Amino acid sequence: MMNEQPQETISRQPGQSLNHDNIQAVLAKYPNAQRELLIPLLQEVQEQQGYLSKDAVIQIGKHLKLPTSKIYGVATFYNQFRFQSIGKYHIMLCRGTACHVKGSFSLLNTLQRLLKIEAGQTTRDGLFSLEVVACIGACGLAPVICVNGEFHGNLTVDDLPKILNQYRNKEKKGDA
Amino acid sequence: MINIEVNGKKIDAREGETILSALKRAMIKVPTLCHMEGLKPTGACRMCVVDVEGFNTLTPACSYPVAEGMKIKTHSPRAVRARKTIIELLLANHPDDCLYCERNENCELSRLAAEYGVRERRFTGSRNRYPLDVSSPSIVRDPEKCILCGKCVRMCEEIQGVSAVDFIRRGSRAAVGCAFEQGLNISSCINCGQCIMVCPTGALREKNSLKEVIAALNDPEKFVVVQHAPSISVTLAEEFGVNPGTDVAGAMTAALRRLGFKRVFDTSFSADLTIMEEASELVHRIQSGGPLPLMTSCSPGWIKYVEEFYPDFIGNLSSCKSPQQMLGALIKHVFAPKEGIDPAKVFNVSIMPCTAKKFEAHRPELGVDGIPDIDAVLTTRELAQLIKEYGLNLGALDPEGPDGPFGIRSTAGKMFGATGGVMEAALRTAHYFLTGKEMPNLKVQSLRGLYGTKEARVSIADLEINVAAVSGLKNAAALLEEIRAGRKNIHFIEVMTCPGGCIAGGGQPLGADTDAVRARMQALYNIDQKENMRTSHGNRMVRELYEFYLEQPLSEKSHRLLHTHYSKREVLI
Ligand code: SF4
Ligand code: SF4
Ligand code: SF4
Ligand code: FES
Repeated sequence: MMNEQPQETISRQPGQSLNHDNIQAVLAKYPNAQRELLIPLLQEVQEQQGYLSKDAVIQIGKHLKLPTSKIYGVATFYNQFRFQSIGKYHIMLCRGTACHVKGSFSLLNTLQRLLKIEAGQTTRDGLFSLEVVACIGACGLAPVICVNGEFHGNLTVDDLPKILNQYRNKEKKGDA
Repeated sequence: MINIEVNGKKIDAREGETILSALKRAMIKVPTLCHMEGLKPTGACRMCVVDVEGFNTLTPACSYPVAEGMKIKTHSPRAVRARKTIIELLLANHPDDCLYCERNENCELSRLAAEYGVRERRFTGSRNRYPLDVSSPSIVRDPEKCILCGKCVRMCEEIQGVSAVDFIRRGSRAAVGCAFEQGLNISSCINCGQCIMVCPTGALREKNSLKEVIAALNDPEKFVVVQHAPSISVTLAEEFGVNPGTDVAGAMTAALRRLGFKRVFDTSFSADLTIMEEASELVHRIQSGGPLPLMTSCSPGWIKYVEEFYPDFIGNLSSCKSPQQMLGALIKHVFAPKEGIDPAKVFNVSIMPCTAKKFEAHRPELGVDGIPDIDAVLTTRELAQLIKEYGLNLGALDPEGPDGPFGIRSTAGKMFGATGGVMEAALRTAHYFLTGKEMPNLKVQSLRGLYGTKEARVSIADLEINVAAVSGLKNAAALLEEIRAGRKNIHFIEVMTCPGGCIAGGGQPLGADTDAVRARMQALYNIDQKENMRTSHGNRMVRELYEFYLEQPLSEKSHRLLHTHYSKREVLI
């Protein structure tokens, strides 16, 4: 069931985060930025940091003279932003049409229940994070999830606990 | 003037106004949930829809302008049906909590549901589950009862310039909250409670302190003292169905005694004291060159606002504590020892128009030798609740006078309750300090009325003093921006956080419109007109306090009890 498939969208490494100075460096590129640049700035910081930290949002707010509540409101309006660093295993769940037809919605619900997080969040132990993406181009395997670049296709909800445990075990072995 | 026809009757409308505004003037009622007087309509709730002849769809009255010859039906079957459906949809995921709700009997949503005969659940939505935010010392947020009308968001942003809360997410998961869905306590919220005043439901309310107060009243070890702010006596009656602007000082004092308070003092007394100290500060700063403009410090929302958003102006703030804190300190450190009461047994309660006063009472900078000046703050609404709970009938109580020594006040101190009042009181006393004579006409007309920004120029001896009184922090921010940009001609600024001042504070009776607030204001002006003791320096008890204890304004003793300092505050989210 496991399929290795090279995909260029999966380049993110978990755990990266930008420190205060790096965020300042991003902001320094746009010295006179106005509100219109909010989304691009959020995207750029997320691109580098993997998520939007509180500190990043506060600094962007100071730079653009926007209240953090407003920035958070805008950022949560779109699905593309996350506010927690991604987990060691980043699960991308495809919600493209093919996967939808084959039941990706129940996969999402089950994953959220099993991991006790919502899409966009990271488990408390930092092991898993969950992201919903539009088509990842593996329609042949629908419904499909992709964990750190590893594809798991033709899934049913019953497969999910096994898959999660597989990564948990890997982690345990690594620790020992 | 243009003519429109509403429900078959001709009415006059004004060019450019909305249908709603024309209807209001003609006393025709159309329900609204998101409309806010004076702000641009958002059209979020669609409760205000009316039927306009020739239009295919229903028209929101709050945002649609009138036009010549327009024929409107406010209660056509389809308009009524639409409103009813909106209510039913709002109730679909609403907690059925009316019986236990703070807003029971005072909720716009449940009132509308009753008016429109919604008596069964037609839609069942999955209920949103959100945690109650009790993190703030002043405000409780219950997002499950939020109907997303957006009024709190707009109040916080457009009137107060704070933006502690905003809409987050969208669709069925949309909510109102702080950044990162954190508690209000670590947000920029200045605790003003103006969001409560506009919220149509029980989603926002004050942090209730009745439990502590009742416990203290029943504790034989405690000596429970109460003080009431200048505006309370002209607003409390509304909670008992009496017309706005009725002064019930005497009956309220009687009620407070029945409730078991050992002494009933008047915060207007310490307002007089504030004026003595602040006017001295003003004279001192003018004579010694700054920092000017001096800015008042009696409104705790404003203080937090400066600490967060304009820390470069902290030096301009008067070092005076607010009247609430001054009186608290005096009760514990002057009154108690004199009466032979252990200050540790004194429990100070204050009745305030304000939710931010609850926050202020907890501030570590305010207190003397680690003893807090104030132990519990009740809003006007909470006092009304307490009076009702004890079965007292405010209307049937014979008026009683306050207790000495801190019950005597001038009308100047009383006027602290309305925007411009502190300034008027301060000018009266500054004039006396600078010239040794009373101001010829004590009234400063340009500082009166419900305007957000008022300015006045007064000549005192050979000095020209320029003053401003602003209320609503967006207005204050505009003035500060002018000063940052180089404006130099202002000496003294009074800032009240809430639009209109304490008479419209976040702890006052709900549902007051502009007319009600104006009536409250007029009641304070009437008191000033009627009575003889009209200046703070003319208050004999204030003079006695200086003779007997404080010596003179800005003395070492007054610094210890009556003054404080503030510092820059980082907003955590
Ligand atoms: S907010 Fe209104 S409708 Fe909702 S529970 Fe409270 S009283 Fe009832
Ligand atoms: S209390 Fe005032 S500052 Fe705080 S959220 Fe409400 S309106 Fe905004
Ligand atoms: S909290 Fe109240 S005022 Fe704010 S959006 Fe919700 S219902 Fe409206
Ligand atoms: S009051 Fe008109 S849309 Fe809400």
